[in-house]
Amino acid sequence: MLKKLTIKLTLRSMPLIHQIKYLIKKEMLLEWRSKYALNGILLYVVSTVFVCLLSFISIKPITWNALFWIIMLFSAINAVSKSFLQESKARQLYVYTLASPFALMVAKILYNTFLMLLLTIIALVFYSLVFGFPPQDKGLFFVSTILGSISFSTIFTMVSAIASKAGNGGMLMAILSFPLIIPVLILLIKLSKNALDGLDRSASLDEIGNLLVVNILAIVVSLVLFPYLYRD
Amino acid sequence: MYKYWWKIVACVLVFYSSVAGFLMEVPVLPILNETIRNLYFHVPMWFVMVVLFSISVFYSVKYLATNKQDYDTRAVESVNVGLLFSILGLVTGAIWARFTWGQFWSFDAKQTFAAIAILLYFAYITLRNAIDEEQKRAKIAAVYNIFAFPMMVVLLFVLPRMQDSLHPGNGGNPGFNAYDLDSRMRMVFYPACIGWVMIGYWIYTLRYRLNIIKNHN
Repeated sequence: MLKKLTIKLTLRSMPLIHQIKYLIKKEMLLEWRSKYALNGILLYVVSTVFVCLLSFISIKPITWNALFWIIMLFSAINAVSKSFLQESKARQLYVYTLASPFALMVAKILYNTFLMLLLTIIALVFYSLVFGFPPQDKGLFFVSTILGSISFSTIFTMVSAIASKAGNGGMLMAILSFPLIIPVLILLIKLSKNALDGLDRSASLDEIGNLLVVNILAIVVSLVLFPYLYRD
Repeated sequence: MYKYWWKIVACVLVFYSSVAGFLMEVPVLPILNETIRNLYFHVPMWFVMVVLFSISVFYSVKYLATNKQDYDTRAVESVNVGLLFSILGLVTGAIWARFTWGQFWSFDAKQTFAAIAILLYFAYITLRNAIDEEQKRAKIAAVYNIFAFPMMVVLLFVLPRMQDSLHPGNGGNPGFNAYDLDSRMRMVFYPACIGWVMIGYWIYTLRYRLNIIKNHN
Protein backbone atom coordinates (compact mmCIF):
# COMPACT_ATOMS: atom_id res chain seq x y z
CA MET A 1 0.00 0.00 0.00
CA LEU A 2 2.73 2.43 0.98
CA LYS A 3 4.59 1.64 -2.20
CA LYS A 4 1.50 2.45 -4.17
CA LEU A 5 1.20 5.66 -2.20
CA THR A 6 4.75 6.56 -3.14
CA ILE A 7 4.06 6.12 -6.79
CA LYS A 8 0.89 8.10 -6.63
CA LEU A 9 2.23 10.87 -4.47
CA THR A 10 5.84 11.32 -5.52
CA LEU A 11 4.82 14.51 -7.18
CA ARG A 12 3.71 16.83 -4.44
CA SER A 13 2.36 19.03 -7.16
CA MET A 14 -0.44 16.52 -7.51
CA PRO A 15 -3.84 18.09 -6.84
CA LEU A 16 -4.68 18.29 -3.13
CA ILE A 17 -7.92 16.44 -3.57
CA HIS A 18 -6.09 13.36 -4.91
CA GLN A 19 -3.56 13.46 -2.09
CA ILE A 20 -6.38 13.57 0.42
CA LYS A 21 -8.15 10.70 -1.31
CA TYR A 22 -5.10 8.43 -1.23
CA LEU A 23 -4.28 9.30 2.36
CA ILE A 24 -7.80 8.44 3.48
CA LYS A 25 -7.58 5.20 1.54
CA LYS A 26 -4.32 4.36 3.31
CA GLU A 27 -5.84 5.00 6.73
CA MET A 28 -8.85 2.86 5.95
CA LEU A 29 -6.76 -0.03 4.71
CA LEU A 30 -4.55 0.06 7.79
CA GLU A 31 -7.59 0.10 10.06
CA TRP A 32 -9.23 -2.71 8.15
CA ARG A 33 -6.13 -4.85 8.51
CA SER A 34 -5.78 -4.45 12.26
CA LYS A 35 -9.39 -3.61 13.17
CA TYR A 36 -7.90 -1.95 16.24
CA ALA A 37 -10.51 0.78 16.68
CA LEU A 38 -13.43 -1.42 15.79
CA ASN A 39 -12.51 -4.13 18.27
CA GLY A 40 -11.63 -1.50 20.86
CA ILE A 41 -15.04 0.12 20.75
CA LEU A 42 -16.81 -3.22 20.87
CA LEU A 43 -14.80 -4.16 23.93
CA TYR A 44 -15.53 -0.81 25.59
CA VAL A 45 -19.23 -0.88 24.92
CA VAL A 46 -19.69 -4.50 25.84
CA SER A 47 -17.75 -4.29 29.09
CA THR A 48 -19.32 -0.97 30.15
CA VAL A 49 -22.79 -2.21 29.37
CA PHE A 50 -22.22 -5.39 31.37
CA VAL A 51 -20.80 -3.53 34.33
CA CYS A 52 -23.75 -1.15 34.27
CA LEU A 53 -26.23 -3.94 33.77
CA LEU A 54 -24.88 -5.72 36.83
CA SER A 55 -24.82 -2.60 39.00
CA PHE A 56 -27.86 -0.60 37.85
CA ILE A 57 -30.21 -3.37 36.59
CA SER A 58 -32.34 -0.70 34.89
CA ILE A 59 -31.30 2.92 34.30
CA LYS A 60 -33.10 6.23 34.15
CA PRO A 61 -32.96 8.23 30.89
CA ILE A 62 -30.67 10.86 32.41
CA THR A 63 -28.16 8.19 33.43
CA TRP A 64 -28.57 6.57 30.03
CA ASN A 65 -27.50 9.83 28.43
CA ALA A 66 -24.49 10.44 30.67
CA LEU A 67 -23.29 6.86 30.35
CA PHE A 68 -23.57 6.93 26.59
CA TRP A 69 -21.38 10.01 26.30
CA ILE A 70 -18.83 8.66 28.76
CA ILE A 71 -18.50 5.51 26.67
CA MET A 72 -18.19 7.60 23.53
CA LEU A 73 -15.59 9.87 25.13
CA PHE A 74 -13.26 7.07 26.11
CA SER A 75 -13.63 5.06 22.95
CA ALA A 76 -13.10 8.25 20.90
CA ILE A 77 -9.93 9.12 22.77
CA ASN A 78 -8.59 5.63 22.07
CA ALA A 79 -9.68 5.45 18.47
CA VAL A 80 -8.61 8.93 17.39
CA SER A 81 -5.40 9.27 19.39
CA LYS A 82 -4.18 6.26 17.46
CA SER A 83 -4.09 8.31 14.27
CA PHE A 84 -0.79 9.98 15.15
CA LEU A 85 0.43 8.17 18.25
CA GLN A 86 0.57 4.69 16.77
CA GLU A 87 2.42 5.58 13.64
CA SER A 88 6.12 4.92 13.88
CA LYS A 89 8.46 7.90 13.56
CA ALA A 90 9.91 6.53 10.37
CA ARG A 91 6.60 6.05 8.66
CA GLN A 92 5.44 9.51 9.71
CA LEU A 93 8.55 11.00 8.19
CA TYR A 94 7.97 9.01 5.04
CA VAL A 95 4.39 10.20 4.62
CA TYR A 96 5.38 13.77 5.43
CA THR A 97 7.85 13.83 2.60
CA LEU A 98 5.21 12.58 0.19
CA ALA A 99 2.14 14.60 1.03
CA SER A 100 1.55 18.20 1.95
CA PRO A 101 0.71 18.85 5.62
CA PHE A 102 -2.59 20.42 4.65
CA ALA A 103 -3.68 17.32 2.76
CA LEU A 104 -2.51 15.10 5.60
CA MET A 105 -4.50 16.99 8.22
CA VAL A 106 -7.64 17.15 6.09
CA ALA A 107 -7.35 13.42 5.39
CA LYS A 108 -6.87 12.58 9.07
CA ILE A 109 -9.83 14.71 10.16
CA LEU A 110 -12.10 13.29 7.46
CA TYR A 111 -11.05 9.72 8.16
CA ASN A 112 -11.45 10.15 11.92
CA THR A 113 -14.89 11.68 11.46
CA PHE A 114 -15.88 8.71 9.36
CA LEU A 115 -14.42 6.32 11.91
CA MET A 116 -16.20 8.06 14.77
CA LEU A 117 -19.52 7.94 12.93
CA LEU A 118 -19.07 4.21 12.41
CA LEU A 119 -18.11 3.68 16.05
CA THR A 120 -21.06 5.74 17.24
CA ILE A 121 -23.45 3.61 15.23
CA ILE A 122 -21.99 0.38 16.59
CA ALA A 123 -21.98 1.69 20.15
CA LEU A 124 -25.52 3.03 19.87
CA VAL A 125 -26.91 -0.19 18.43
CA PHE A 126 -25.35 -2.36 21.10
CA TYR A 127 -26.12 0.09 23.89
CA SER A 128 -29.78 0.40 22.99
CA LEU A 129 -30.11 -3.36 22.59
CA VAL A 130 -29.41 -3.70 26.29
CA PHE A 131 -30.76 -0.50 27.80
CA GLY A 132 -33.41 0.51 25.28
CA PHE A 133 -33.61 3.74 23.34
CA PRO A 134 -35.42 6.38 25.42
CA PRO A 135 -34.96 9.64 23.36
CA GLN A 136 -38.32 11.12 22.46
CA ASP A 137 -36.97 13.31 19.67
CA LYS A 138 -34.99 10.69 17.76
CA GLY A 139 -33.96 13.00 14.90
CA LEU A 140 -32.40 15.53 17.25
CA PHE A 141 -30.59 12.78 19.13
CA PHE A 142 -29.01 11.56 15.89
CA VAL A 143 -27.99 15.14 15.10
CA SER A 144 -26.27 15.31 18.48
CA THR A 145 -24.41 12.04 17.89
CA ILE A 146 -23.25 13.22 14.46
CA LEU A 147 -22.08 16.53 15.91
CA GLY A 148 -20.40 14.58 18.69
CA SER A 149 -18.48 12.39 16.24
CA ILE A 150 -17.28 15.43 14.32
CA SER A 151 -16.24 17.29 17.48
CA PHE A 152 -14.36 14.34 18.93
CA SER A 153 -12.49 13.77 15.69
CA THR A 154 -11.53 17.42 15.08
CA ILE A 155 -10.27 18.10 18.59
CA PHE A 156 -8.61 14.75 19.30
CA THR A 157 -6.86 14.65 15.91
CA MET A 158 -4.98 17.88 16.60
CA VAL A 159 -4.24 17.00 20.22
CA SER A 160 -2.91 13.59 19.19
CA ALA A 161 -0.62 15.31 16.68
CA ILE A 162 0.68 17.53 19.50
CA ALA A 163 1.03 14.63 21.95
CA SER A 164 2.84 12.43 19.44
CA LYS A 165 5.37 15.20 18.78
CA ALA A 166 5.93 15.66 22.50
CA GLY A 167 7.12 12.08 22.89
CA ASN A 168 5.32 10.29 25.71
CA GLY A 169 1.91 9.64 24.27
CA GLY A 170 -0.99 8.24 26.24
CA MET A 171 -0.80 10.19 29.46
CA LEU A 172 -0.14 13.51 27.77
CA MET A 173 -3.01 12.87 25.38
CA ALA A 174 -5.45 12.67 28.29
CA ILE A 175 -4.04 15.70 30.10
CA LEU A 176 -4.09 17.86 26.99
CA SER A 177 -7.42 16.83 25.57
CA PHE A 178 -9.75 16.59 28.56
CA PRO A 179 -9.90 20.31 29.34
CA LEU A 180 -10.46 20.93 25.62
CA ILE A 181 -13.22 18.37 25.22
CA ILE A 182 -15.16 19.08 28.42
CA PRO A 183 -16.90 22.24 27.10
CA VAL A 184 -17.87 20.37 23.94
CA LEU A 185 -19.07 17.41 25.96
CA ILE A 186 -21.22 19.68 28.14
CA LEU A 187 -22.85 21.12 25.02
CA LEU A 188 -23.41 17.63 23.60
CA ILE A 189 -24.93 16.28 26.80
CA LYS A 190 -27.24 19.29 26.98
CA LEU A 191 -28.29 18.84 23.37
CA SER A 192 -28.99 15.13 23.71
CA LYS A 193 -30.78 15.76 27.02
CA ASN A 194 -33.10 18.10 25.11
CA ALA A 195 -33.66 15.33 22.58
CA LEU A 196 -34.26 12.85 25.38
CA ASP A 197 -36.95 15.04 26.91
CA GLY A 198 -38.46 15.78 23.52
CA LEU A 199 -38.17 19.53 23.93
CA ASP A 200 -39.12 21.82 21.10
CA ARG A 201 -36.29 21.93 18.58
CA SER A 202 -35.99 25.70 18.70
CA ALA A 203 -34.76 25.30 22.30
CA SER A 204 -31.66 23.47 21.07
CA LEU A 205 -30.58 25.86 18.31
CA ASP A 206 -28.11 27.61 20.63
CA GLU A 207 -26.26 24.37 21.38
CA ILE A 208 -26.16 23.30 17.74
CA GLY A 209 -24.86 26.71 16.69
CA ASN A 210 -22.20 26.71 19.38
CA LEU A 211 -21.06 23.20 18.53
CA LEU A 212 -20.74 24.15 14.87
CA VAL A 213 -18.74 27.25 15.76
CA VAL A 214 -16.41 25.26 18.04
CA ASN A 215 -15.88 22.66 15.31
CA ILE A 216 -15.17 25.18 12.60
CA LEU A 217 -12.76 26.96 14.93
CA ALA A 218 -10.98 23.71 15.79
CA ILE A 219 -10.69 22.69 12.12
CA VAL A 220 -9.41 26.08 10.95
CA VAL A 221 -6.91 26.37 13.80
CA SER A 222 -5.58 22.83 13.28
CA LEU A 223 -5.22 23.32 9.54
CA VAL A 224 -3.31 26.54 10.10
CA LEU A 225 -1.12 25.16 12.89
CA PHE A 226 -0.31 21.66 11.65
CA PRO A 227 2.27 22.77 9.06
CA TYR A 228 4.32 24.21 11.95
CA LEU A 229 4.09 20.97 13.84
CA TYR A 230 4.73 18.28 11.29
CA ARG A 231 8.39 18.95 10.63
CA ASP A 232 10.89 18.51 13.44
CA MET B 1 11.02 58.73 34.45
CA TYR B 2 9.67 58.50 30.92
CA LYS B 3 10.05 54.74 31.09
CA TYR B 4 8.46 53.84 34.40
CA TRP B 5 5.74 56.46 34.77
CA TRP B 6 3.12 53.76 34.13
CA LYS B 7 4.33 51.74 37.09
CA ILE B 8 3.68 54.70 39.35
CA VAL B 9 0.25 55.14 37.77
CA ALA B 10 -0.47 51.44 38.36
CA CYS B 11 0.48 51.66 42.03
CA VAL B 12 -1.55 54.82 42.53
CA LEU B 13 -4.60 53.30 40.85
CA VAL B 14 -4.46 50.04 42.82
CA PHE B 15 -3.82 51.91 46.07
CA TYR B 16 -6.68 54.32 45.34
CA SER B 17 -9.08 51.52 44.41
CA SER B 18 -8.19 49.51 47.52
CA VAL B 19 -8.69 52.43 49.89
CA ALA B 20 -11.70 53.87 48.14
CA GLY B 21 -13.12 50.39 47.64
CA PHE B 22 -13.28 49.86 51.37
CA LEU B 23 -14.21 53.38 52.45
CA MET B 24 -16.46 54.89 49.79
CA GLU B 25 -20.19 54.52 49.93
CA VAL B 26 -21.77 51.65 48.03
CA PRO B 27 -25.41 51.02 47.18
CA VAL B 28 -27.15 48.98 49.88
CA LEU B 29 -28.58 45.83 48.32
CA PRO B 30 -30.20 42.77 49.81
CA ILE B 31 -27.96 39.66 50.19
CA LEU B 32 -24.93 41.45 48.71
CA ASN B 33 -24.76 44.10 51.45
CA GLU B 34 -21.15 45.18 51.99
CA THR B 35 -19.69 42.23 50.05
CA ILE B 36 -20.38 44.20 46.88
CA ARG B 37 -16.99 45.81 47.55
CA ASN B 38 -15.41 42.57 46.38
CA LEU B 39 -16.36 43.64 42.86
CA TYR B 40 -13.29 45.88 42.90
CA PHE B 41 -11.01 42.91 43.54
CA HIS B 42 -12.66 39.82 42.08
CA VAL B 43 -13.51 41.07 38.60
CA PRO B 44 -10.18 42.83 37.85
CA MET B 45 -8.33 39.56 38.56
CA TRP B 46 -10.12 37.91 35.62
CA PHE B 47 -9.48 40.91 33.40
CA VAL B 48 -5.76 40.62 34.15
CA MET B 49 -5.85 36.89 33.38
CA VAL B 50 -7.53 37.41 30.00
CA VAL B 51 -5.10 40.19 29.09
CA LEU B 52 -2.08 38.09 30.05
CA PHE B 53 -3.30 35.01 28.19
CA SER B 54 -3.91 37.20 25.13
CA ILE B 55 -0.35 38.50 25.38
CA SER B 56 0.82 34.91 25.58
CA VAL B 57 -1.06 33.90 22.43
CA PHE B 58 0.28 36.96 20.64
CA TYR B 59 3.85 35.91 21.42
CA SER B 60 3.14 32.28 20.54
CA VAL B 61 2.03 33.40 17.10
CA LYS B 62 5.13 35.55 16.83
CA TYR B 63 7.28 32.60 17.88
CA LEU B 64 5.87 30.38 15.15
CA ALA B 65 6.45 33.13 12.63
CA THR B 66 10.05 33.91 13.59
CA ASN B 67 11.39 31.02 15.75
CA LYS B 68 12.99 33.44 18.19
CA GLN B 69 13.46 31.86 21.63
CA ASP B 70 12.80 35.23 23.23
CA TYR B 71 9.12 35.14 22.23
CA ASP B 72 8.70 31.72 23.78
CA THR B 73 9.98 33.02 27.11
CA ARG B 74 7.51 35.88 26.92
CA ALA B 75 4.65 33.50 26.15
CA VAL B 76 5.37 31.14 29.03
CA GLU B 77 5.95 33.91 31.56
CA SER B 78 2.67 35.61 30.73
CA VAL B 79 0.89 32.28 31.16
CA ASN B 80 2.57 31.83 34.55
CA VAL B 81 1.47 35.24 35.78
CA GLY B 82 -1.98 34.78 34.21
CA LEU B 83 -2.37 31.53 36.16
CA LEU B 84 -1.48 33.34 39.37
CA PHE B 85 -4.21 35.91 38.74
CA SER B 86 -6.74 33.26 37.73
CA ILE B 87 -6.18 31.50 41.05
CA LEU B 88 -6.58 34.83 42.86
CA GLY B 89 -9.81 35.34 40.93
CA LEU B 90 -11.03 31.90 41.95
CA VAL B 91 -10.16 32.51 45.61
CA THR B 92 -11.74 35.98 45.79
CA GLY B 93 -14.79 34.57 44.05
CA ALA B 94 -15.00 31.66 46.49
CA ILE B 95 -14.84 34.02 49.47
CA TRP B 96 -17.55 36.17 47.92
CA ALA B 97 -19.66 33.09 47.26
CA ARG B 98 -19.27 32.01 50.91
CA PHE B 99 -21.06 35.15 52.06
CA THR B 100 -23.67 35.51 49.33
CA TRP B 101 -24.45 32.01 48.03
CA GLY B 102 -23.73 30.21 51.28
CA GLN B 103 -20.67 28.13 50.45
CA PHE B 104 -17.23 28.48 48.95
CA TRP B 105 -17.84 26.21 46.00
CA SER B 106 -21.33 25.50 44.72
CA PHE B 107 -20.55 24.10 41.27
CA ASP B 108 -22.00 27.17 39.69
CA ALA B 109 -21.62 27.03 35.89
CA LYS B 110 -19.15 29.87 35.70
CA GLN B 111 -17.09 28.57 38.62
CA THR B 112 -16.80 25.18 36.98
CA PHE B 113 -15.91 26.54 33.56
CA ALA B 114 -13.33 28.90 35.02
CA ALA B 115 -11.74 25.94 36.80
CA ILE B 116 -11.65 23.98 33.53
CA ALA B 117 -10.10 26.97 31.75
CA ILE B 118 -7.38 27.00 34.40
CA LEU B 119 -6.84 23.27 33.87
CA LEU B 120 -6.28 24.05 30.20
CA TYR B 121 -3.31 26.22 31.09
CA PHE B 122 -1.99 23.76 33.64
CA ALA B 123 -2.03 21.28 30.77
CA TYR B 124 0.08 23.78 28.83
CA ILE B 125 2.63 23.87 31.66
CA THR B 126 2.59 20.06 31.88
CA LEU B 127 3.18 19.80 28.16
CA ARG B 128 6.20 22.07 28.47
CA ASN B 129 7.61 19.99 31.29
CA ALA B 130 7.24 16.82 29.24
CA ILE B 131 9.61 18.00 26.50
CA ASP B 132 13.32 18.46 27.11
CA GLU B 133 14.54 19.89 23.87
CA GLU B 134 14.17 23.69 23.94
CA GLN B 135 13.31 24.40 20.32
CA LYS B 136 10.86 21.55 20.12
CA ARG B 137 9.26 22.50 23.41
CA ALA B 138 8.81 26.08 22.29
CA LYS B 139 7.20 25.07 19.02
CA ILE B 140 4.81 22.44 20.37
CA ALA B 141 3.83 24.59 23.34
CA ALA B 142 3.12 27.52 21.01
CA VAL B 143 0.87 25.35 18.87
CA TYR B 144 -1.03 24.09 21.90
CA ASN B 145 -1.34 27.59 23.32
CA ILE B 146 -2.92 28.89 20.12
CA PHE B 147 -5.21 25.87 19.92
CA ALA B 148 -6.32 26.29 23.54
CA PHE B 149 -6.99 30.03 23.49
CA PRO B 150 -10.27 29.98 21.51
CA MET B 151 -11.47 27.18 23.82
CA MET B 152 -10.67 29.34 26.84
CA VAL B 153 -12.74 32.15 25.31
CA VAL B 154 -15.65 29.76 24.69
CA LEU B 155 -15.38 28.42 28.25
CA LEU B 156 -15.35 31.78 29.96
CA PHE B 157 -17.54 33.95 27.77
CA VAL B 158 -19.91 31.76 25.74
CA LEU B 159 -20.89 28.69 27.76
CA PRO B 160 -21.70 30.34 31.12
CA ARG B 161 -24.23 32.58 29.40
CA MET B 162 -26.20 29.54 28.27
CA GLN B 163 -26.34 27.74 31.61
CA ASP B 164 -28.19 28.54 34.79
CA SER B 165 -25.73 30.46 36.84
CA LEU B 166 -25.72 32.48 40.02
CA HIS B 167 -23.30 34.93 38.45
CA PRO B 168 -24.74 38.22 37.32
CA GLY B 169 -24.98 38.57 33.56
CA ASN B 170 -25.32 34.81 33.01
CA GLY B 171 -28.20 32.42 32.51
CA GLY B 172 -30.69 35.22 32.06
CA ASN B 173 -29.59 37.12 35.15
CA PRO B 174 -29.23 40.84 34.62
CA GLY B 175 -25.65 42.09 34.48
CA PHE B 176 -24.18 44.05 37.30
CA ASN B 177 -24.50 47.38 35.56
CA ALA B 178 -28.25 46.85 35.16
CA TYR B 179 -29.00 47.45 38.78
CA ASP B 180 -26.19 48.27 41.06
CA LEU B 181 -23.10 49.51 39.33
CA ASP B 182 -24.06 53.12 39.78
CA SER B 183 -21.73 55.95 38.88
CA ARG B 184 -20.13 56.01 42.32
CA MET B 185 -19.00 52.42 41.93
CA ARG B 186 -17.75 53.03 38.40
CA MET B 187 -15.41 55.67 39.82
CA VAL B 188 -13.61 52.91 41.70
CA PHE B 189 -14.21 49.91 39.46
CA TYR B 190 -12.63 51.22 36.26
CA PRO B 191 -9.45 52.53 37.92
CA ALA B 192 -9.19 49.19 39.75
CA CYS B 193 -9.35 47.26 36.47
CA ILE B 194 -6.79 49.46 34.73
CA GLY B 195 -4.50 49.45 37.76
CA TRP B 196 -4.55 45.68 38.23
CA VAL B 197 -3.98 45.03 34.53
CA MET B 198 -0.90 47.26 34.68
CA ILE B 199 0.33 45.50 37.83
CA GLY B 200 -0.13 42.12 36.15
CA TYR B 201 1.79 43.31 33.11
CA TRP B 202 4.53 44.64 35.38
CA ILE B 203 4.91 41.30 37.17
CA TYR B 204 5.11 39.60 33.79
CA THR B 205 7.88 41.92 32.55
CA LEU B 206 9.80 41.35 35.78
CA ARG B 207 9.57 37.57 35.44
CA TYR B 208 10.55 37.80 31.81
CA ARG B 209 13.62 39.90 32.59
CA LEU B 210 14.59 37.58 35.44
CA ASN B 211 14.40 34.70 33.00
CA ILE B 212 16.73 36.47 30.58
CA ILE B 213 19.30 37.07 33.33
CA LYS B 214 19.10 33.41 34.37
CA ASN B 215 19.66 32.26 30.81
CA HIS B 216 22.68 34.51 30.41
CA ASN B 217 24.54 33.03 33.36
